[in-house]
Order: sequence, then C-alpha cells, then structure tokens
Amino acid sequence: MIEIVNPGIGSSFQDLGRLGLSHLGVGRSGAADHPSHTLANRLVGNEESEATIESCGGLSVRLHQAAVVAVTGAHGVIDVRHGRPMAVNGVEHLPAGAEITLRAPEVGLRYYLAVRGGLEIAPVLGSRSFDTLAGLGPQLTSGLRIAVGPDPKTPITTDLGVRPPQTTEIHLSEGPRRDWFTSEAWSILTSQPFLVSPSGNRVGARLTGTPLERVAIRELLSEGLVEGAIQVPPDGQPIVMLADHPVTGGYPVIAVVASYHVPSVAQARPGTALRFRHGAG
Amino acid sequence: MRVLPFGPGALLAEYDSLAEVMAVDDALRSSGLAGVDDIVPAARTVMVTFRQVDRVALDALLVPTVREPRPQGPIVEIPVVYDGADLDEVAEATGLTTDEVIEIHSSQTYSAAFLGFTPGWAYLVGLAPSLRLPRRSTPRTSVTAGSVAIANEFTGVYPTVSPGGWHLLGHTDERMFDVNRDKPALVLAGDRVRFVRT
Repeated sequence: MIEIVNPGIGSSFQDLGRLGLSHLGVGRSGAADHPSHTLANRLVGNEESEATIESCGGLSVRLHQAAVVAVTGAHGVIDVRHGRPMAVNGVEHLPAGAEITLRAPEVGLRYYLAVRGGLEIAPVLGSRSFDTLAGLGPQLTSGLRIAVGPDPKTPITTDLGVRPPQTTEIHLSEGPRRDWFTSEAWSILTSQPFLVSPSGNRVGARLTGTPLERVAIRELLSEGLVEGAIQVPPDGQPIVMLADHPVTGGYPVIAVVASYHVPSVAQARPGTALRFRHGAG
Repeated sequence: MRVLPFGPGALLAEYDSLAEVMAVDDALRSSGLAGVDDIVPAARTVMVTFRQVDRVALDALLVPTVREPRPQGPIVEIPVVYDGADLDEVAEATGLTTDEVIEIHSSQTYSAAFLGFTPGWAYLVGLAPSLRLPRRSTPRTSVTAGSVAIANEFTGVYPTVSPGGWHLLGHTDERMFDVNRDKPALVLAGDRVRFVRT
C-alpha cells in the first residue's frame, strides 16, 4: 500500500494510454514523456504498461510497506524522510514508513515514479491514464491509498537508467496546412527561437515568438490531430500538441514535431527557448 | 481528394464532401489493414496514423468509391429544453422566429457522422439548410455539459464542460458519455438522433 500524502503540482496516474478509441472521441492520453515512463517501470522490473505517477513536483508519497521504487524524467532533489535523498534514474529499496517527496524540478518538468509490482488502480476504458482534457480516468487525490501489485518475480537487470539529454533543438516535418501560412511564417518557425509559455499543460505546450502569419484567414473545419502537431491559432502563437490533445482540432497545423523529440517538448520548462529544424522526422 | 503530409506516422486525406469521408472511413475500417493504428474521420478529412503499413494498399483505400449506404443505426431520442443563450441570435441570423428555429431543429431525424473532439461528441448531420451558420467568431471559454448546439452543417450536444464556438439552442440532462455504462457513448457513428422538445 502506498498513500498520497500530497498530490503536488500537475500529478496524475499515467500509463501507455488508450489506443484506438478515437471513434468514441477518446484520445490516447498516457505519459507526456513516454520514454521516462517506460524507463521508470523497467528500472523496477515492471511491464512498461504499469501505471506510474507523473508529477511536476511537490508530490509526497508514503510507503506502507517496503518497496522498490524509481523516479525518472525531471531532475531535482528527491527527499526521503529519515533516509538519504534518492537518486534520479536509479533503483531504490525503501523500508515501510518511508516518505518520498519530489521537490520542484531543477532540470525538466515532469517526474515519473514507479513502484515494483505496479499500482493497483482500476482502469477506465482500458487504461489508468488520467486524461486532463476529457476528465477521464482515475483521479489522484490527497489521502488516496493504492495497493501495490504482486512482485513481478522479474530480475532487476537495469540498476541505472541513462537517457539522451533533453534537447532544445527540435526536429519537425511539414504539416498538412503549411500552405495556409506565408513563406515567412515557415522560415520564422524554422529559424527563430520560440519560448515555452507558463500557460502550457498536458494538452499542449504553448509557445511565444514572432507571430506566424496566415495567407488568408478562413475557418478550418475541425480535423484529426497527432501528438507533436503544431497548431497555430489566429494570434499566430504556436501550440505543440501533447498527450491529452483533443482527437480533432480547428486550427491549422503548420508542422509536426518528430516523435523522438516530443518528450523534450513535454519536459521543456517555461522560459526555455526551443529552436525548430526542418529535418529528419 | 488530396493527401496531405502529417509527419512520418500519419497522413491527412481531404475530400469534397462528408459523404466521401464516410465512404473512406467505412472502407478503411472494414479493410482491417495491418499497421494502421487509428482512423480519425472529420467533416472533410480522414486522418490515418500508422506504423509499418502497405502504403500502396492504404493509398488505394483512400480513394472514395461508391459504397452501400451505411445501415441505419438505432434511433436515440434526446429530450431538450430549448433555452439556449444563442436562440435569439440564431433567429436573427437566419431570419426566422425563435419558435421556428426550435420547430425546425426538433423536427428532423439526424444521423451521427462521426465522433470527435472530446469523448462522446457526436457530429450529427441532417441539419436543415435554413439553420446553417458558421461558428461564433469568438468561441466561449466554457460551455456547460448537455448544451445542444449547431454550427455549419452539424448539430450536437456538448458531453462535458469545454470551450466551444457553436450556437447554443438548449440543453439536455442526458449524459452523452458515461464510463459506468456498458456503452459509454450515448450516440455512436451511424446512430440516428431525434431531439424531443420538452
């Protein structure tokens, strides 16, 4: 059993999400930084599909039993009450009664906490991800107690996770509505820095920079979106779609971020300058 | 029809009519083509996401062909209180009285073309041409769940509180999406819908 002592900021249960339910209007959701979620599970010997807790910091969890835990994603100080601080991306064996607190991240934005055996939460439509846009999935609240699943009996073969560092140089490819924008807009997007705005969330990373001008303002009928799609509302400030993006959207998509760089966008802190490069992707 | 780029794992096929969209959506779904992850039909487009896929076979399925019309789904009756914030504006823009707007909206049998945006959001077609208006120029930041609304060729019901740019005609207490039901979405693509004035 583990207990949520303090949910902290932007904390939710996440797994690999809900695939193939768009015919119900249900999006994928799932961990915003997918590789960090799977790494956390791998470190503790879980299947990648086990739920982790995604958090932007401030989360406190009390262990009511001895447990093997790992925290990945963002880098920051992870306090353990009555113990030594935990290392990010490492496997920790903690006694019953230990209380883990994720302090505000120093690098990156989203931590992932996994517990060996997984978190026994009832799935909703096949997933334990909380979709913040749809309000769908299990809620993470203060005082909630969650059973830890049985030991998976797998050997822990990875005791230190290494991931390529987050990058601010983001690869993109052409989107379906590039021709709705001026040629200057494309060169601005692929040459000038865009700052990550504090108003972003799991639905999308909002960026600010030189406005991307359209050739003509007309109404776009809503159309399908993918994670990494860069939508541009009439104010010209791009939004990179993240895990909880709507199934369809009504703003033109100028470009698409390469899937291998979506986690870097999801981990980019407000104020970070991103540079987009048209290239492999 | 034209196929637009959407990164290496997706494409967006654009059509002249919703009928073509529905034909291609049906063809893609019934093909069970290996490697296709998701199919997202919308008003004039079909988005397909895929991993390793037979691109020649996929491209062939994107060409709209004349197909049997969809079998008609069950009729879902949705009781509506016509007290929407935009009734007067809609009446003015269409040159009708509010009573005529209500009468026209509640006398049709609609058909759910596809679901999108958020869970349970069914895009219903069959709206009388006299009620077709573009979306509001400034969307509302928050529309209450159960709001019955129109925009362009569509009518629909907001399943949850969300931002929205459609014209609000009324509200219903029916839950459009409820994960505690066997069938979470009240209306599925192909179902027919009648709005019953209460």
